[in-house]
Amino acid sequence: MKHTAKIIPCYAADSAGACSALYELGGMTVVHDASGCNSTFATFDEPRWWDQQSMTYISALTELDAILGNDEKLIADVTAAAADQNPKFIAVCGSPMPMMIGVDFDAVAFEIEQRTGIRTFALHTNGMHSYPEGASEALRCIAEEYVRPAETKIPNGVNLLGMTPLDFDNLHTAASIREWLAENGFETVACFAMGDALETLANAANASVSLVLSQSGLAAAEYMHEAFGIPYVCGVPYGEAFSALLADTLRNAAADGTCAFPCTERGQAGQTVTVIGEAVSAGTIAAALGLTGYAANVICPLPHDKRLLTAGDSDAFAEDEIAGALAEIQPETVIADPLYRFILPNAAKLIGLPHTAFSGRCYDKIIPDLTGNRFDAWYKEML
Amino acid sequence: MLNNPPFVRIADADPAHLFPAGLEYNPPARGMWNIVQMGMLIPGAHQIYGCAQGCLRGVCLTAAEMNALDRLSWISLTEEDMFNGTLEQSLVDGVSEIVRQLDPHPPVVLLFLSCMHLFAGCDFDAVIADLSAAFPDICFVDCYMTPTMRESVPPVVQTCRQMYTPLKALPKNPKAVGIVGNDRPTDEDSELMKILRGAGFAVRDLTRCKTYDEYLQLADASLNLTYIPTAHAAGELLTERFETPCLHLPNSFDYDKIAENYKTLCGALGISCPDFSAEMQAADHALDALKAEIGGIAVAVDYTAVTQPFSLAALLCQHGINVKYVIADTVGEDAAAFRWLQENRPELLIYAPANVNMLHQHTQAAEPVLAIGQKAAYYFATDHFVNLILNGGYYGFSGIRKIAELTAEAYRTTKDRRTVLRHKGYGCASCLL
Repeated sequence: MKHTAKIIPCYAADSAGACSALYELGGMTVVHDASGCNSTFATFDEPRWWDQQSMTYISALTELDAILGNDEKLIADVTAAAADQNPKFIAVCGSPMPMMIGVDFDAVAFEIEQRTGIRTFALHTNGMHSYPEGASEALRCIAEEYVRPAETKIPNGVNLLGMTPLDFDNLHTAASIREWLAENGFETVACFAMGDALETLANAANASVSLVLSQSGLAAAEYMHEAFGIPYVCGVPYGEAFSALLADTLRNAAADGTCAFPCTERGQAGQTVTVIGEAVSAGTIAAALGLTGYAANVICPLPHDKRLLTAGDSDAFAEDEIAGALAEIQPETVIADPLYRFILPNAAKLIGLPHTAFSGRCYDKIIPDLTGNRFDAWYKEML
Repeated sequence: MLNNPPFVRIADADPAHLFPAGLEYNPPARGMWNIVQMGMLIPGAHQIYGCAQGCLRGVCLTAAEMNALDRLSWISLTEEDMFNGTLEQSLVDGVSEIVRQLDPHPPVVLLFLSCMHLFAGCDFDAVIADLSAAFPDICFVDCYMTPTMRESVPPVVQTCRQMYTPLKALPKNPKAVGIVGNDRPTDEDSELMKILRGAGFAVRDLTRCKTYDEYLQLADASLNLTYIPTAHAAGELLTERFETPCLHLPNSFDYDKIAENYKTLCGALGISCPDFSAEMQAADHALDALKAEIGGIAVAVDYTAVTQPFSLAALLCQHGINVKYVIADTVGEDAAAFRWLQENRPELLIYAPANVNMLHQHTQAAEPVLAIGQKAAYYFATDHFVNLILNGGYYGFSGIRKIAELTAEAYRTTKDRRTVLRHKGYGCASCLL
């Protein structure tokens, strides 16, 4: 038990990441759990729950089935529901209790597939990790299962990877990023996974480069790099200067096949700003500020690839560690979800940037779309 | 033909087993309380959850939306904790670390463990004993967020019970009566409250406590009452600990049962039972007025609105109201009303609230529906609904009259369904509002 918190909440769990990543793809996602996971996901983590229905369910695991290891009930229930609802695929995910009793999800998925004839895969979540792990596995799995070798390569074609409302809850952001790509002469091939159907994602190998928008998209990007030779670039088009840099980096990557991490660029002089959050988004904000005269760094309390942080960044993840890192840095400004306000140094000014994966619905009406020069205007206003 | 149809004609339904178990869907109607909201009722109490991250998320954000994050802390469970033999010590260390930061110390810490602790054989008694020795000014209460065990000991029932364990024995006050296990005060206009107030009894009710001292005073009741099913265990606990008799007076919509409840209560109090025929007539008039106003519109009743949905449905039908749908997955204290409906309204449909095939129910073209309860409003896609959870504090004949009046009001007016239903915990503070 190394992770305690007196007051701040915790991030969305891996199972929520998996459900969020698969939400729009027409599959059936089943979390093997007693009751809490689906309620928590539907209430706090999934802003699409009211407007856009998705076959996202729980197994309603009981004490007796857990003790007796009654996997047959899970298999039979999923099979029955699939016959009623005809999903495009089935994903079965774990939660803490199945981890405790050692459920073999690969075997369960195999058995369901045999009975239903519907492609079924296991996602190895256990509710004890944060959402990027579940979302990463889910998006990589979709890429592995459904992306076909390219028929026609699109020279300016771009995949967007790692887009879920957990990190991009302003639902205009997905459209804004597509617009930004178009304005810069790119064509969006597939977005993993908001706004595109599974059939569209299957064409992702036609792209020439992938834009990784969050840690959740990195595993799928690596797979498509390995399998189809598609390079990837990590960053979000926030801020005029950084967006221009990102566009150039995408062009270069598409031309020479080199992967790049522009979200790790940092400024060295100016006011100190610490950004707390998901590695790619927070890194992008720090990089965007660096290009406009700030010395910004990142605290990333979430799972991340080591290449997404750089010297001066911190991977503190427990409440006291984050407070300690902030006390050491003594930033003049902190950009973070408003619920971090409880642990900031007294002298630091907080610029609240709500993050659904942290504060859920608390600030859902004020989550900004920061695409392009909107970021610059937002930051100016916040100051 | 679906494998698991989401509804059944009541004439064809088995009350012991309305629907087969299966995968479950979670409709976006958030008015029901959870264990976090219940725990907040104890003035000054601090809650600490020792659970996996996936389980913590829901409780943290419940508190966040209530603007009460300062009353909830947590310890995240990892895989290693389950297998390295330090489960209990890690809990003691984690709670101690948190408590040392709380200034002033809370009078009570509700320490919630998870299903995993129970399956791992965690010695919770030892944890509580160690913490109590380290912090003698704090009452540590063992609590359980254990949904896997919901069929044997539901977490809401268990939490309701544990919330009364910090009480200490007090001399009995012969003029104090407790109402136990509710999440909101009983309506002062109810006959129940009139009986108690009229005979000079003080009412001890957790939902009315503003201070910890008022909370401790709950122990001096000479008689306790419960009327919702989840309160049974709490009432029994107080009987075991303080030998306080407890009457269960179910919140029924059956006039005979209501009258019987009052007779039982007055007998226990040693007072004569008032004549409530005027209140009964007022209820009848309200129901008749409701029928006259709404005519033949289809009515749906759900189990989150009232604890006895079949009892309410039967009463409405007896007054000519066209109850076509009940949303419920079990038959509880209102089995007699269920049987009456089977015989007299065999075409009434019972919908399974968590059935996966309810996913698109709200998009089905249907006739206009007047709903009583949030889930009924959602599933039948109507803005004409009564926003009511667990009877809303209404009880008896006056409760029937008021629910009838609220139903008529819901017929005349509309509510912003999405805004109302997204509010977590009916009546709780919310940052969403």
